[in-house]
Amino acid sequence: MTVEVSLPYDKEYISQFSQGQNEPEWMKNLRLSALEKSESLPLPKPDKTNISKWNFTEFDHHVTGERIESLDELPVEIKDFLDEEKEQQNLVIQRNHTVAYGTIDQKLKDQGVIFTDIGTALREHSELVEKYYMNDAVHMDEHRLTALHAALMNGGIFLYVPKNVQIEDPIQAIFWQENPKASLINHILVVAEENSSVTYVENHISHNKEEKTSANIVTEVIAKDGAKVSFGAVDNFEAGTTVYANRRGVAYRDSVIEWALGQMNEGDTVSENITHLIGDNSHSNAKTVAIGRGKQKQNFTANITHFGKGSDGYILQHGVMKDKASAIFNGIGKIEHGASKSNAEQESRVLMLSSDARGDANPILLIDEDDVTAGHAASVGRVDPIQLYYLMSRGISKFEAERLIIHGFLAPVVNQLPVEAVKRQLKQVIERKVY
Amino acid sequence: MAGSTLEIKDLHVEIEGQEILKGVNLTINGGEFHAVMGPNGTGKSTLASAIMGHPKYEVTKGEVLLDGENVLEMEVDERAQAGLFLAMQYPSEISGVTNSDFLRSSVNAHREEGDEISLMKFIKEMDAKMDTLDMDKNMAQRYLNEGFSGGEKKRNEILQLMMIQPAIAILDEIDSGLDIDALKVVAKGINEMRNDAFGCLIITHYQRLLNYITPDKVHVMMQGRVVKSGGPELSQRLEAEGYDWIKQELGIEDETVNA
Repeated sequence: MTVEVSLPYDKEYISQFSQGQNEPEWMKNLRLSALEKSESLPLPKPDKTNISKWNFTEFDHHVTGERIESLDELPVEIKDFLDEEKEQQNLVIQRNHTVAYGTIDQKLKDQGVIFTDIGTALREHSELVEKYYMNDAVHMDEHRLTALHAALMNGGIFLYVPKNVQIEDPIQAIFWQENPKASLINHILVVAEENSSVTYVENHISHNKEEKTSANIVTEVIAKDGAKVSFGAVDNFEAGTTVYANRRGVAYRDSVIEWALGQMNEGDTVSENITHLIGDNSHSNAKTVAIGRGKQKQNFTANITHFGKGSDGYILQHGVMKDKASAIFNGIGKIEHGASKSNAEQESRVLMLSSDARGDANPILLIDEDDVTAGHAASVGRVDPIQLYYLMSRGISKFEAERLIIHGFLAPVVNQLPVEAVKRQLKQVIERKVY
Repeated sequence: MAGSTLEIKDLHVEIEGQEILKGVNLTINGGEFHAVMGPNGTGKSTLASAIMGHPKYEVTKGEVLLDGENVLEMEVDERAQAGLFLAMQYPSEISGVTNSDFLRSSVNAHREEGDEISLMKFIKEMDAKMDTLDMDKNMAQRYLNEGFSGGEKKRNEILQLMMIQPAIAILDEIDSGLDIDALKVVAKGINEMRNDAFGCLIITHYQRLLNYITPDKVHVMMQGRVVKSGGPELSQRLEAEGYDWIKQELGIEDETVNA
């Protein structure tokens, strides 16, 4: 067997790691078989982006983070993601690979809601996790990166909402890669049982400009019949972190999965966001905004695949590209045979702020059913001079006018994020990255 | 004389190499309302756009002076800050920017740094002006002009006019597409602006608007020039008799700029 890139972590290491975490046997076995697969499976091949030389294997796998007793102990750059006015009752902060802080509203606990780090979930709710973990949404053996993820998963959370439970307040998770070389291989598993609803928002943060590492994030969202999951994320890894992010949803009958993803990484990034509308009348709204700068290379895929009748999918991708950055935006609306009366809509727009930047919007509709509706709009261009003229004609400076237009362009995701602090943070990140 | 003076001198303007304005002369003083009338295609909107600095229009000759300062040498935002305002015929739609945020930025752009309008005062003024214009309050939180009906866009232009309080305003076909009730409301807003200092240039091809806003002077444009000027009675005669008598009087066969 040829191994193109050898992993610095072997069977023995993984067995020990798994035992050290007191993981159930099934998890250890999954890890070991995934490790084996990772040696033979190819890397994924995102359209028009060559990732064969990207760093997916050099990093520190297990770095603990100090626990904190109170949120006051957090440095300001992390505290900024928390609402000050309204104390967050449902919050997990992961620092490197261990939990620094975790709280959940007692009322939710009493209702059977589980919101905890994935390690604890594996120990305390092994059967429940096993039922969903890399089964319905993402499969371990899709390609080398999913296999690596399964083999080396070292963080993440499990959020479980029982039948008929409606969670009003947003649930928040912060994944803080404090150590510059720590690799966040987070698994986020969200299961919303029948007729439940939940709003979840997460941040991935690091500050490693120079030191190299890699993040491999897999998210699985399962929305059972009639459930509603609103999923918000702001990814904000620094330039040293190469990112693979795979966020996938499975929506059953009458369920809704909403995605609002702020893709603000500074390093090379491959991100795919796929939703399978399995059930009749299921619905997904997938919104992504991204900024590229420097020499950053990014590839974003948003895919909604319709299986259920009368399913409704809407994809929005807005990207701002500056300097010599390049990004590919693939929007895929796929309607399978039998998914009659479905509707697949998508909009991909890229705003170019520099002539050296590259941005591609590739809208793709794949339709294998007659009785459906579908539409797409795509554009790549500069800030509209007529819009600038209009704003400037009210005395607003060119700089400020451009600022307003760019913030407006990225607003669809900003506005949808549930926690005010996260919204404010995303606005600030946008401000910092664009200017 | 109170207020500012806008002087347009021998203004020639091209768009994509075609000359549209062929020597326009006009002077608007503070306190005066002027109407520029004329059939379609005679250069009225070009005049408005060129004064404000629309990127597609190129001034090839002439001057536009605001209190003696050459406006044509200024950037668009500087023209606005100097006191000019244009209510546009086709205002841009800007997604993601709320009407209210935009308005506040506009108002603050006319104030010194450090002297920005307080949020409370701003909201109070905006609410009062929206009442005058019979506008739904939720329009403040909608994205700028996005999905606005034609009438809503026009009201929104006048709302901006009332909030910014410029020295000289140009209203480009502010009446087009308005029903009679909306027209009255828009006219009410404009009339509320009237004072000794405020000068206004109203571009229209209908006399209708001028039933509600009485101009001090009326000018008729044909072939890219002002061909006739007079008092309010001129617009009434145009309403009654159309433009043919002017064409005959001046020996004009085709009034458009292509002639």
